[in-house]
Amino acid sequence: MTWETVIGLEVHVQLATKSKLFSGASTAFGSEPNTQACAVDLAMPGTLPLANEQAFRYATMFGLAINADIGKESVFERKNYFYPDLPKGYQTTQLEKPIVGPGEVEIALADGSTKAIRIHHAHLEEDAGKSLHEDFHGMSGIDLNRAGTPLIEVVTEPDMSNAEEAVAFAKKLHGLVTSLGICDGEMSQGSMRFDVNISVRQPGGELGTRTETKNLNSFKFMEEAIALEVERQIDVLESGGSIQQETRLYDGDKKRARTMRSKEEANDYRYFPCPDLLPVIIDDEYIESVRAQMPELPEARKARFASEYGLNDYDAGILAGDLATSQYFEILTQRTTDAKQSANWIMGELSAKLNSEEKSIGQSPVSAEQLAGVIERTKDGTISSKIAKQVFEALWQGEGDSADAVIEAKGLKQVSDTSALEKMAEEVIANSPKQVDNYKNADPEKRPKMLGYFVGQIMKASKGQANPQAVNEILLKKLDELL
Amino acid sequence: MDPAEIHKLANLAKIEIDDSHIAEVTARISDVLALVDQLQAADTRGVTPMAHPLDAVQRLRTDEVSEPNRREDFQAIAPETQEGLYLVPKVID
Amino acid sequence: MHHLSIAELAKGLRAKTFSSVELTEHFLQRIKRLDGEFNSFVTVTEQEALAQAKAADAARAAGKDTPLLGVPIAHKDIFCTQGVRTSCGSRMLENFVPPYDATIVDNYQQAGAVVLGKLNMDEFAMGSSNETSYFGAVKNPWDTRCVPGGSSGGSAAAVAARLTPGATASDTGGSIRQPASHCGLTGLKPTYGRVSRYGMIAFASSLDQAGVLTHSALDAAIMLNTLVSFDPLDSTSVDAPLEDYTADLGRDVAGMTIGVPQEYFGDGLNVEVAAKVQEAIDEFAKMGANIKEISLPHSELAVPAYYVIAPAECSANLSRFDGVRYGYRCDNPKDLEDLYKRSRSEAFGDEVIRRILVGTYALSAGYFDAYYKKAQQVRRLIKQDFDQAFADVDVIMGPTCPSPAFKLGAKGTDPVAMYLEDIYTIATNLAGLPGLSIPCGLVENKPVGLQLIGPAFAEQRLLGLAHQFQNTTDFHTLTAPGLE
Repeated sequence: MTWETVIGLEVHVQLATKSKLFSGASTAFGSEPNTQACAVDLAMPGTLPLANEQAFRYATMFGLAINADIGKESVFERKNYFYPDLPKGYQTTQLEKPIVGPGEVEIALADGSTKAIRIHHAHLEEDAGKSLHEDFHGMSGIDLNRAGTPLIEVVTEPDMSNAEEAVAFAKKLHGLVTSLGICDGEMSQGSMRFDVNISVRQPGGELGTRTETKNLNSFKFMEEAIALEVERQIDVLESGGSIQQETRLYDGDKKRARTMRSKEEANDYRYFPCPDLLPVIIDDEYIESVRAQMPELPEARKARFASEYGLNDYDAGILAGDLATSQYFEILTQRTTDAKQSANWIMGELSAKLNSEEKSIGQSPVSAEQLAGVIERTKDGTISSKIAKQVFEALWQGEGDSADAVIEAKGLKQVSDTSALEKMAEEVIANSPKQVDNYKNADPEKRPKMLGYFVGQIMKASKGQANPQAVNEILLKKLDELL
Repeated sequence: MDPAEIHKLANLAKIEIDDSHIAEVTARISDVLALVDQLQAADTRGVTPMAHPLDAVQRLRTDEVSEPNRREDFQAIAPETQEGLYLVPKVID
Repeated sequence: MHHLSIAELAKGLRAKTFSSVELTEHFLQRIKRLDGEFNSFVTVTEQEALAQAKAADAARAAGKDTPLLGVPIAHKDIFCTQGVRTSCGSRMLENFVPPYDATIVDNYQQAGAVVLGKLNMDEFAMGSSNETSYFGAVKNPWDTRCVPGGSSGGSAAAVAARLTPGATASDTGGSIRQPASHCGLTGLKPTYGRVSRYGMIAFASSLDQAGVLTHSALDAAIMLNTLVSFDPLDSTSVDAPLEDYTADLGRDVAGMTIGVPQEYFGDGLNVEVAAKVQEAIDEFAKMGANIKEISLPHSELAVPAYYVIAPAECSANLSRFDGVRYGYRCDNPKDLEDLYKRSRSEAFGDEVIRRILVGTYALSAGYFDAYYKKAQQVRRLIKQDFDQAFADVDVIMGPTCPSPAFKLGAKGTDPVAMYLEDIYTIATNLAGLPGLSIPCGLVENKPVGLQLIGPAFAEQRLLGLAHQFQNTTDFHTLTAPGLE
């Protein structure tokens, strides 16, 4: 049987405000537990919410970026349920009147085609705290630092039909919100979290029952979780079973998913308008003032990278896709005045290293300024491209502040000093009588290929620091003298 | 309204009602619902619901960190804490 | 000294006839001696009060002279007081000592008032008799077999027994005006949004409003001057110019139009109460006011609408009491569910649980439209009734309560009978309007109240009319029989 997959996403995007959605407590990541939970965040009796203007500005920016209608009247509602990370016993969110109405995001696929993914709406809401499951003699610890951090929840239509499209959408959204500067995009810190709704059906048939896999916080996990769930659903259906509507959790380390709760256990959230907050009115003047301050978006940046730096479409798309990468690229290019080399380094060595350590570019131990030093020293011949990788690795490990410092400390400077190289060449020739004979007796057109052996010996003797071009020239000269 | 429905509501509200009280609670809640059912007679066609007595809009706060760390004060009145965390019986996701 | 009004006490302090310390000691002595009978205080803050009094005397000696400087008052135990237990009448908060002050508590502190303690109340302000308090029922000083009304029963009894010259209180459906009526006091619920709700433990957020209980309109005006402020910590606090509520007390009643809603004089009203209220309205007519019969056609729907909206809001507002961060926590919870359920069930009283369940029901899937949405539509109809009425009249007058104070336990376990106590006061909260109750005579030797309702922000008008009435009558000066 053939099956069609239907995927919709709900994406929680943490907004990069300084303070919380309804209180003046800090939203900074990684502080000591509960040091950023004020009386409002702790739901102390009698405390009241105060709405943060910047959160509305950010949500409006997002709406404008996806060409959505901005809700002129936006109303907060209470979503009621008990959980220890939810101090008030309700989450303040939006339901009937969200800030961002329907919109659209276009994704590019590997085969070069594009697809429009419809956004149902996006609403503002507060994040919950965290339950820490380390064992406190059989109890859990609750940290409410994150409670009240502003989120927009972006809800798509079920427009994606495989993991590739879902991941492409997720990456596109990541690029959009980081470029807008409304989210830091740090997935490992939970700044973007994905809930994936998945169902399968016979081609053209009725929509199947869907499941929701919650809280995926990396593109890789998302891809894996979708593949796993699609396979599970097909297995169930093909063996005559039926899919139960349920919420699932994916464990990215164990590569396993499990049921979190079934539909029967689903809560009755009893939404109603929050009486502590009045309707927020967003007028045209406000919208226009936000529009006027919109930063460059990835599409525009891609076009600019292509024309300004002469990058091909593919490279431009990747480098312009998210803000941190594009900023890294531009700093690098400005310093090195070599867009092609900069692009190659980011998409090659840097990206491989970041991937292997599951780091975002924002968390890169090697800054754009440091990498620029590496490229500059390669270009001016101080180091070879092979040594450059070694310098990069040393910078990554924190073994020096700059390329120059690493080169200096490790003595990696390329040897271009002719007398030293001549001495090495003479020694190699003297120690390789057999190879020299072969060289002499060979056809003149085969000789350049045979030069490789002598070069290799010198590079070995110089621990790779000899300037290969100079070595070539000296060897040619010395060997020719023997003919 | 029957005891099963009361139990369902109680579960949503995280209230425990023991069996010896359930009949009494059910009867009282039924009385209250009979009172509020008078609403059903009202003609409210075309009437916009009124969520709030104030005909006003939300003031918005400037995005500034204004709250200092007062964990000591807040946790001094907490039932159980350890290493700055509030403790609860094991949370199972 | 306890027979003096706040205005007179302020004058005495200014003239140094007595010091704030003397005054404070006097009231603390009275509380100690007499409150065993009334149970109006939950907490007496003797040490703090004396320290505040000393500071007030020192400030006065240094030249400070604010109207409430050194005047003793007491707060309803719904207002958070930093460092002083704030129970809200509940076992849930029996040991809750807030690390912050309510804005109105801060306002009185800034004004130099001395706080004698925290006053008893129905649990979480849910009740009309002060019988739902975890700290025991409050007795009416006029007849200790009777209730003082609720939920601000402690505030009313304490002022009526002259244990404090004035008290703060709160009103969600009549919780200031009804006890004022039953205890022979002047009780003002200001316009919704006029007084900050920050630090006032929420019952029903769109209805709750802080106010005052005093003997006279003049005292209420003095206290209101400090109570009212624009508070950036409360999004529903109205940023309107501050007024001097004592400035217009001399206003001429002549030429004003008083609307008397026919619906407030229906079957449920005790005939003797009706007669007293009518006499009071006649008194206004004598002063030159025009009396106009009006209709508020949706009045009978106010109680049903209220008992959907208030429980719905409270069901969410009280979810924060979960035994995790503060307040009551059950012993040895076996799991999370057990922690929630036992903490809440052991610490909330029957009425609170009933209202949480009714509110949960009204908001639950399948019932939202029939109950919550319908109630909000009716709320608008009620508001429109008032808007129409105020197009023709300056003030609305009628009874505050259907009958004088009833005996403790008289309404038994029937919540509906209790709910009808607030039949004339609830509509005002739904519409967010200011309401005032002033004493207008005795029935069965117990006080009854006249209610004045004004358009939004017409507190000055209500206080002015009340003051004129009190200039020509002496109901507000009557003291409970047998009181020292």
